[in-house]
Amino acid sequence: MTRFSTTVDGTRYEDEVEPRLLLVHYLRDHLGLTGTPVGCDTGNCGACTVELDGDSVKSCSVLAVQADGGEVTTVQGLATDGEWTALQTAFHEQHALQCGYCTPGMIMAARDLLKENPDPTPEEIRRGLEGNLCRCTGYQNIVRAVLAAAAEERRREAPAPRSADTGRPDTRPAPAPATAGQEART
Amino acid sequence: MIPAAFDYVRPDTIDEAVRTLHDGGEDAKVLAGGQSLIPILRLRLAFPELLVDLGRIPELRGVREDPATGSLVIGAMTTHHDVIHDPLVRRHAGLLAAATETVADPAVRHRGTLGGSLSHADPAGDLPAVLLALDGEMVAAGPRGRRTVPAREFFVDYLRTALADDEVLVEIRVPRADGWGFHYEKFSRVAQGWAIVGVAALVRRVDGRIAEARIGLTNMGSTPLRARTTEAALAGAEAVPAAVASAADAAAEGTRPATDLSATPEYRAHLARVLTRRAVLAAAGTE
Ligand SMILES: Cc1cc2nc3c(=O)[nH]c(=O)nc-3n(C[C@H](O)[C@H](O)[C@H](O)COP(=O)(O)OP(=O)(O)OC[C@H]3O[C@@H](n4cnc5c(N)ncnc54)[C@H](O)[C@@H]3O)c2cc1C
Ligand code: FES
Ligand code: FES
Repeated sequence: MTRFSTTVDGTRYEDEVEPRLLLVHYLRDHLGLTGTPVGCDTGNCGACTVELDGDSVKSCSVLAVQADGGEVTTVQGLATDGEWTALQTAFHEQHALQCGYCTPGMIMAARDLLKENPDPTPEEIRRGLEGNLCRCTGYQNIVRAVLAAAAEERRREAPAPRSADTGRPDTRPAPAPATAGQEART
Repeated sequence: MIPAAFDYVRPDTIDEAVRTLHDGGEDAKVLAGGQSLIPILRLRLAFPELLVDLGRIPELRGVREDPATGSLVIGAMTTHHDVIHDPLVRRHAGLLAAATETVADPAVRHRGTLGGSLSHADPAGDLPAVLLALDGEMVAAGPRGRRTVPAREFFVDYLRTALADDEVLVEIRVPRADGWGFHYEKFSRVAQGWAIVGVAALVRRVDGRIAEARIGLTNMGSTPLRARTTEAALAGAEAVPAAVASAADAAAEGTRPATDLSATPEYRAHLARVLTRRAVLAAAGTE
């Protein structure tokens, strides 16, 4: 057994675990944070994606003890006071899920993408979500949701008065879903 | 599945890592980014008794320039993500940045490391052929000190390198490829797919001619290979599609590609020729 401590969704935990325990199993089985699912044995599906020390990682391919001293954010730590983030709202409004199994990972991967690139093209979204598989949606609405969330986040970030010199983000209209879908060719 | 039980240590220094590996014998294994090793443990394809995690050894991370030779020195634990974004790599070894961008997906690239990819030595891995084309060198630290192994001697066989069980790959040395055109052409059919075949090309042009070309092949045998016959045919050739295509026809010479679910050896040989032509033309700036 190995002692370790980690902060998950803002709460600090100290624990003693077997080194072979995967981070995803620690989250699910020890902390009861079952919002992060496991979808494969190979690191391919991305369902288990969380943020570790600021970067998206597949929590099935990280040992819990490797998160020692680290900070983990899961999909369950995104909302503040029950209020969804722009991404969560957009996934809901754009019908970006059917069974929902891939959704926590998709949202965490999309969040990582938008941190690096707040104004991605549909093609950049597809590449940013390359490590996340969805068996239901065909991805179209997922791409739409990320576009909508990006537009919404840029709108929220933009300074209140709109003027030409406040920079690019607030001068562009939010993409209409139908247009975005046509752009989103594979 | 859940991995079989193992012990875990996280040394702070390279010396301590080497000592622990040495004491652990053949049942001890290095853990780098874990992006190949942890899935292998989950599938119970390996049963190490001790994992030596290199994740908290600061000197294994980052890229610097060797003042004596001007070569880039890349710490083995530098992640794929950091390699892609490193200004020195982008300026002096653009081929490595370009090929690393094709590896896996963003989350895997946040954890997976250059040293891990090279030590793992999967013939379908993209970076071994790139180091071969760049004439890179691997620096290994062991109980008897450090030694430098050229890339062409480092990859020994399928998943086997020149590293001994108690050696740690500590840094990768890459001579600057300033002024060389480059391109990595990877053929795979699905998202985050491994290369069915990949071609790493470096081309130095003088006026309208190719003065020198170096070509690394991914997944054309149990180790990465150089396409030597094509390289020889390109030296002094005109940088025009017909000359490049004719040289690229020899790209599969001397290779021994495997059969698997994705391709037959014949199909891989075909891909090597086509992708070599494309990669060399792109690297020469003639498309
Ligand atoms: C979904 C998925 C898709 C992928 N797609 C690609 C792809 O398209 N192309 C590609 O090239 N790779 C791909 N990879 C593999 C990825 O590049 C890994 O990062 C890499 O193979 C291993 O690096 P690591 O740091 O994670 O090493 P680990 O998994 O930690 O280690 C791998 C092996 O190398 C040994 N090792 C590691 N570091 C050292 C060292 N410094 N000294 C001595 N021994 C060491 C370990 O003991 C182990 O045997 C993919 C992986 C996944 C999960
Ligand atoms: S469970 Fe599939 S990538 Fe983690
Ligand atoms: S909604 Fe079912 S897997 Fe994506």
